[in-house]
Amino acid sequence: MTASAVQPWKSVVAGRRTVSRRGALFGGLCLCCLPTLGRAAESFTMAEVGPGIFMRKGLIADATAENADAIANIGFVIGRDGVLVTESGGSLADGQWLRAEIAKRTPKPITHVVLTHVHPDHVFGAGAFVQDKPVFIGHAKLTEALSARGEFYRKRLSDLLGEDRTGPVVYPTMTVADTAEIDLGDRRLTFTAHGPAHTTSDLSMIDSGSGLLFPADLLFVNRIPSLDGSLKGWLKEAERLKAMGPARAVPGHGPVTVDLAPALADLTGYLTALRDGTRAAIAKDVSIEKAVDSVAKGQRDKWALFDTYNGRNVTVAYQELEWD
Amino acid sequence: MTSRINRTVLALGLALAATAVTGPLAGAARAAGASDTDQERAARWHEIATSIFGDRAITPTDSLVKIDAPVRALDAALVPITLTMPKDGQIKAVSLIIDDNPAPYAARFAFGPAADPAELKLRVRVNNYTDMHAVVETQDGKLYEAKQFVKASGGCSAPMGMSDEEAMKGMGDMRMKFADAQPGQPVEATLMVRHPNFSGMQMNQVTRDFTPARYIDKIVVSAGDQTVFTLTGDISISSNPVINFAFKPDGKPIQVAASDNQGGHWQHSFTPPSPTN
Repeated sequence: MTASAVQPWKSVVAGRRTVSRRGALFGGLCLCCLPTLGRAAESFTMAEVGPGIFMRKGLIADATAENADAIANIGFVIGRDGVLVTESGGSLADGQWLRAEIAKRTPKPITHVVLTHVHPDHVFGAGAFVQDKPVFIGHAKLTEALSARGEFYRKRLSDLLGEDRTGPVVYPTMTVADTAEIDLGDRRLTFTAHGPAHTTSDLSMIDSGSGLLFPADLLFVNRIPSLDGSLKGWLKEAERLKAMGPARAVPGHGPVTVDLAPALADLTGYLTALRDGTRAAIAKDVSIEKAVDSVAKGQRDKWALFDTYNGRNVTVAYQELEWD
Repeated sequence: MTSRINRTVLALGLALAATAVTGPLAGAARAAGASDTDQERAARWHEIATSIFGDRAITPTDSLVKIDAPVRALDAALVPITLTMPKDGQIKAVSLIIDDNPAPYAARFAFGPAADPAELKLRVRVNNYTDMHAVVETQDGKLYEAKQFVKASGGCSAPMGMSDEEAMKGMGDMRMKFADAQPGQPVEATLMVRHPNFSGMQMNQVTRDFTPARYIDKIVVSAGDQTVFTLTGDISISSNPVINFAFKPDGKPIQVAASDNQGGHWQHSFTPPSPTN
């Protein structure tokens, strides 16, 4: 099987008959919540996107009590010696669901869990894997970022989901300052720590077995990118991803695999519109509160959740660019 | 009030909203205080107003001052506020109070002879669904208030996107941008100050400690020997404060002196453009 071959026929749809069992796997939830969780779980599928690589497409939505913050693309890579979790999920409940999906497909131990960056939809699933004692891999700046924000996010998420379904803040046990490699026996996974871009703790991964790039949230597809690091830095890191040379990638949000070049072109199209529009606003003394309503509007039809996030992105970009 | 803002208002015991402002959780949770009745809000405002202004009467106004703020904040840690005070020569000072913030008294601008207080912009943190009040003091010593309701949460406790160390880089650096000057007209200017303005509510989990409050407590802007304004600030002002104001130019440089509550002191001088005919 080639890197680019998505095999939808291999997709495993979470069936109705397993709802109550899977519901129970969401952990500590009351019976009254079962139907809604069941509905959320029912819509999830695991797609085999490369040899031994399974991904679940996250919902294009914001976190709600019903969706358990299952909004990121999460999955795992099965190697000869063990399993690497590419993204843990958006909550303990989401992580437990993923762990059960792994158990359905392989008896191998879960040896590695990647924490791709600080955002809650990517790290709160980690609590489900603590019992497996894996290596938790993260960017060298992730510990610091989680120290500053982890507890804040946890409280916020538990307001939404309840303590039991939220889970703890899990810190990396192996950090990457530049690049690092993990060997699963028959495949190597190469990690790159990126400069401030989507956040200040973005970690990407390339799998030697499939050639697939896992840029996490350095690549948004369909869902509007959210800026929380550096706009200029993100444009630079996008170039770097391109230079890495893979043909296919697994974005943090959107379809589970895409051709890298056109997806990056869409992403940088938005980021460039955001940068140029914000710069023009600053140059013309357009205030921040007016800029949020005008900048990058030409991109509106291209992205889901545009109205929810664009104004915020402009606010973040304005603060970065006004000091240039 | 001459020195710094009266912090006794802290003792009001306002609940801290532990809600996020960043990422996909933004706006998802219900903020504390969201369901308060108008009556409860009015009672709280009365308590705050008394602690700041004593028993002086405050009259509602729709002509002396107006607050413009987004009804729903996009970023609770940076809510842009515009205060409009169209009556030239009548305004001595304006105070901005964010009723449900942990330290509600956000800022007070005392205007000097070189000020044109017609429009003032600043950026604030909003921790809760709250009423915001602007209170102006007129030259005859009377107080007038305007009100605006804002929906936001977590702005004061929101962690910054970087480490404390990085946030403090370049602390005290300043910039000033001037709009085009017309002869005999006030000049619009934007003052930017590099300062994290730590609220004291941003937690570092490694040290299990809160980053101590470190905020700009005073900025004096002068045109030559004449004061434009003296700002008394607090933790509700966003990090890297940006203030838009207008002044009456007399050809001399604009001096800015800023200090923070931990003894930091910075001074810069800026040359405004000459009027073009």
